[in-house]
Amino acid sequence: MLEINAGGMYYRDLNQKIRDAVNSGEKDITVRNVNGQYYIGDGLRGKSTITVEGVPGNDLAAFMDGPTLVIKANAQDNISNTMNTGKVVIHGNAGDVLGYGMRGGKLHILGDVGYRVGIHMKGVKKQSPTIVVGGTAGDFFGEYMAGGVLILLGLNNDGRPIVGDYLGTGMHGGDTRPRRRGHEGPEGIPYGVLQGHGALSRRDNEKGVQEAYPGVVAALRQPLRLLARFFYQDHLVKSL
Amino acid sequence: MFKSLAPPEYLATIDREKCIRCKRCIQNCGWGVYSWGGDKVLINTSKCVKCLRCYHYCPEEAIEIVDNPTRFKQNAYWGYNHLRNIKRQAETGGIPLTGMGSDLPYTILFDSLLIDACQVTNPSIDPLREPMELRTYLGKKPSSVEFEKGRDGKLKLKTKMPPQLKLSLPIIFSPMSFGSISLNAQKVLAIAAKECGILMNTGEGGLHEDLFPYRDNIIVQVASGRFGVNPDYLNAGVAVEIKIGQGAKPGIGGHLPGEKIPLEVARARMIPVGTDAISPAPQHDIYSIEDLRQLIYAIKEATNYKPVSVKIAAVHNVAAIASGIVRAGADIVYLDGFRGGTGAAPSIIRDHLGIPIEHAIAAVDDRLRQEGIRNEASIIAAGGIRSSADAAKAIALGADAVAIATAALITMGCTTCGKCYTGNCSWGITTQRPELTARLDPEVYAERLINLIHAWEHELKEILGALGINAIESLRGNRERLRGVGLDTQILDILGVKPAGR
Repeated sequence: MLEINAGGMYYRDLNQKIRDAVNSGEKDITVRNVNGQYYIGDGLRGKSTITVEGVPGNDLAAFMDGPTLVIKANAQDNISNTMNTGKVVIHGNAGDVLGYGMRGGKLHILGDVGYRVGIHMKGVKKQSPTIVVGGTAGDFFGEYMAGGVLILLGLNNDGRPIVGDYLGTGMHGGDTRPRRRGHEGPEGIPYGVLQGHGALSRRDNEKGVQEAYPGVVAALRQPLRLLARFFYQDHLVKSL
Repeated sequence: MFKSLAPPEYLATIDREKCIRCKRCIQNCGWGVYSWGGDKVLINTSKCVKCLRCYHYCPEEAIEIVDNPTRFKQNAYWGYNHLRNIKRQAETGGIPLTGMGSDLPYTILFDSLLIDACQVTNPSIDPLREPMELRTYLGKKPSSVEFEKGRDGKLKLKTKMPPQLKLSLPIIFSPMSFGSISLNAQKVLAIAAKECGILMNTGEGGLHEDLFPYRDNIIVQVASGRFGVNPDYLNAGVAVEIKIGQGAKPGIGGHLPGEKIPLEVARARMIPVGTDAISPAPQHDIYSIEDLRQLIYAIKEATNYKPVSVKIAAVHNVAAIASGIVRAGADIVYLDGFRGGTGAAPSIIRDHLGIPIEHAIAAVDDRLRQEGIRNEASIIAAGGIRSSADAAKAIALGADAVAIATAALITMGCTTCGKCYTGNCSWGITTQRPELTARLDPEVYAERLINLIHAWEHELKEILGALGINAIESLRGNRERLRGVGLDTQILDILGVKPAGR
């Protein structure tokens, strides 16, 4: 267990510190007083778990390969840009362009996300990225997607559409699974896009999700806290 | 069957007297022009693209490929290509694709520029007798340097130099991805780059493991599709290039047709087999110079601060954009003019968008000098460099180095037939069909490419010698040694070049 105080630290120094700690075999790192530092976990390799307290800046976990990052706050844009493996858990909301060109690993966001999330995701049999969004998503969710799984739960959305326009445009692989109520799909989903990827009835939809992410269907009906336990497990439940 | 109203462009003919029915033409043609009819070779001339593979492999010189004399009526305004494209579009409703750089007769400024030479008053230099320096370093240069005395009393550089890419001569290979060209073609480039002390660029399609031994001569590319990009890849080469645009298709993205995506390419790119690989324009994480800066530094963080190059197409506002790119932290600005080649682009885009590289080099070099940031980045000029003279003129206009691709492919057999997007290249270059790619022996063709680079190296040295200078550095941005022929005042002003006779 190593603690790093990031208060007032330049991002390059902070990232070097984190990199050194991971390279020296530190398994559990907590970074406190983070306040907008860019590129945390950028290109980082290893098996450590890094807990970030405070709001990290853009390009969190870009090109990351292995570690687990737990953000106990909101996060900003460009998270998990071209991430290879590893896991990023965000306890709050996150911004635009998440998981751009993501190649593997997991990105879990409890709250809402902005525009252009999960675009250009890739995947082959053994390596497939997954993004799970607890709240709602903006336009261009899963655009140009070529592989991987996108799960959008749309919880606590106060009746707003759970996803913006142009869902999955240009998609040619992978799975997008927005949660649906009854037979009604969310607004703005091109019918053809989901044919063969998502499903059209609720039962089929849940069946599809079940295949992609076993256990999700049961969780879909649960209140947020239980859902959180399912998705975020010990990382999150402690803080709820 | 409905016969296309666009007549075939070429007529493949066989002299039946000479033909010995060896069927080599059938084997060699990737387009399916020839087939065996039981007692003679049959010809489907509508498929012929005049790549001349059959001609070269016919042992009897029996084959002749001629331009189809049955053409549309000559018309100075409604040209052959206009009629042909309209008829094809009327039949298909699609966008005609094309390969290679634009072949339209726009003014070629390289051909209107002449290089100075020494006579009497200042001596020229014979490069065969005296050393001639072509070595080029690409990367950020400090605006000033400080020295300090070491313990041994010798002067040492105190200023920490930003990372530099060392080239034996100011020519590199332009990005061409695994997918757009075959792995064997990439190997030719890699072998030649290593041998010549220059660089090749992976393009956006990942780095095949067979190229790992050449990693010291490779720039890896990151573009909007992020194909094949992972931490190993980023750190595999000597530099990373962010591709924003391509000269042949500015403002539209990369497009690798599904025909060229078999299993191996699909695996390298992590996409389904046979689907089109789309690298859209723009990069959807870059909508501003600030966003670009973010990606540049994300890559620098991930690679422990390797040089980052940013490739853009030459467009109207290229000078201001290049200034932004330099200010965003790029070490190299790669300018690709509208004559630049492509594996697949809509012909309407290729032929009508962008600006020539000659204007772009002059404009960007001027702008960066005016802003006092020319030292912050090197300029690579690409987009139709046909000879060492073009390279010398580009460097005199202000480029640090030039990049060539079409010229390199021509050494591998390319005849600029322009059908790269079909994936049927009979020379095994722009195809992934195994029976075709096997024709391109990397060792054999690398020899030819190395010869070309060495020949250009000698020519560059001769040009420098004639100019009476002994280092390429003295030619860089030295527009005083260029003169324009038949150019109007405004163009001369843009180029910063005097008219011949002044």
